[in-house]
Amino acid sequence: MPYPTDRKYTKEHEWIQVNGNSATVGITDYAQESLGDIVFVETPKVGAELAAGKTFGTVESVKAVSDLFAPASGTVTEVNADLATSPEKVNKDPHGSWMVRMTLKNPGELDALLSAADYEKFVAEEAGH
Amino acid sequence: MSSVEAPAVRKTALNAVHRQMGAKMVEFNGWDMPVEYPASIGCGIINEHMAVRTGVGIFDVSHMGDIRLAGPQALAAAQHISMNDASKLAVDQAQYSALLYPQGTFVDDVIVHRLGEDEYLLVINAGTREKDFNWVRDNTRQFDCAVENLSDDYTQIAIQGPKAVNLLQKLTDANLSAVKFYWVTRGRLCGLDDILMGRTGYTAEDGFEIYIPADESTSARVWYAILDAGKEFGVVPCGLGARNTLRLEGKLPLYGHEISDTINVWEAGLDRFCKMEKPEFIGREALEKAKSAGIKRTLVGLEMVERGIARDGYKVLDDAGREIGYVTSGSPAPFLKKNIALAYVPVEHSAVGTKLKVEVRNQGVEAVVVPTPFYRRPKKTA
Repeated sequence: MPYPTDRKYTKEHEWIQVNGNSATVGITDYAQESLGDIVFVETPKVGAELAAGKTFGTVESVKAVSDLFAPASGTVTEVNADLATSPEKVNKDPHGSWMVRMTLKNPGELDALLSAADYEKFVAEEAGH
Repeated sequence: MSSVEAPAVRKTALNAVHRQMGAKMVEFNGWDMPVEYPASIGCGIINEHMAVRTGVGIFDVSHMGDIRLAGPQALAAAQHISMNDASKLAVDQAQYSALLYPQGTFVDDVIVHRLGEDEYLLVINAGTREKDFNWVRDNTRQFDCAVENLSDDYTQIAIQGPKAVNLLQKLTDANLSAVKFYWVTRGRLCGLDDILMGRTGYTAEDGFEIYIPADESTSARVWYAILDAGKEFGVVPCGLGARNTLRLEGKLPLYGHEISDTINVWEAGLDRFCKMEKPEFIGREALEKAKSAGIKRTLVGLEMVERGIARDGYKVLDDAGREIGYVTSGSPAPFLKKNIALAYVPVEHSAVGTKLKVEVRNQGVEAVVVPTPFYRRPKKTA
């Protein structure tokens, strides 16, 4: 699956799509593939403060528990309630199944994240190990 | 005295096949094993699990070990080292049993097969292969009985599910419908003569486990022949992920989790496989004492009431939030569509219906004690 070029990526396998001062966050195809069948998504409540690089939620597959790391700092404005009942949508459409929307505190933080091309290289190396 | 030691990371003869099929590989008890096969071929833990419950799935279980006891005193040796009554076995019959320490705790659980008048095959766990073999050898020296480690001689494939018998019958001349659960037969399979096929498994489903020569080309040929013959039944290859969720739904114990060298037979609830009427076996004396003293903790089944998944090692809390026990195995149950767990708790908290909590990420999540096994396969109507 190609990685969309309209967003940035973390080495912890989240994507973040920026739109002005707000952003949408999810996990990558590589992440869903490594986890396997996703059965549980736990996200913070609207209003929660996220700090870049810190955990803000959990994704669980049948066999594994994995933390979600915030790609940037900011305030949660919306959570994807759909994933509470249909977490498997993350497997089917990882780049469309967003987890939270947020307002960005410091958009400059995004500069440190990976482009689609760099992320693709990064996961190719990771998969090779 | 020489002991058998485990090499670093081991591979079964089907390792290249798993990789070729795109399996996700993990290290399990020193073995490089498939945990699940890719979604692109209709797999993934949930699909693999459902295939075994409703159709058929196949597993490479060659990491399991095999110990052969043979000689005039093979029965006496088997009786001395195992807790079930091997004297009840007819030739070609098998039983679930366990090897115990003198303390009444577990060396391992095993399936004892009687292959001949004076010949028994113990099938043991991967992670305990060397420990088990050394233990069996050391504890049977007084008997006129040869102990052989055949673990590397076989590729063992499990064919599991309600359609397993139909699938395997296409590949063998043995009359499989005549083989009862926990009995074995021998026959020609995929052009190989005298292949051992046992109606056993670790999925709480009907099925067979076959033992073929461990060379790579024979192993691969038979693996693909089974997948090919199973197409009409929707067969899928299954990894250790589904093997674990299947055995958990059926409350089948896993060494290092529900049973270990610190847990005794009564705590584990395996009373019906432990024959105290046998005059002697290792562990018997301690178990006698433990029985009259009474047990303090017991293995229970939990079903999560609130949203949350119990995982291995999580703490179990009472209704008031005090830590009282721990989860031995916990997972979403794909067929039952519930989050279930096995846990050790004090006897006074073990009654069905007792409300407990499991600590998930520092929060007590409500659970309730439920009857086990969580899943029991439907009885055949024929």
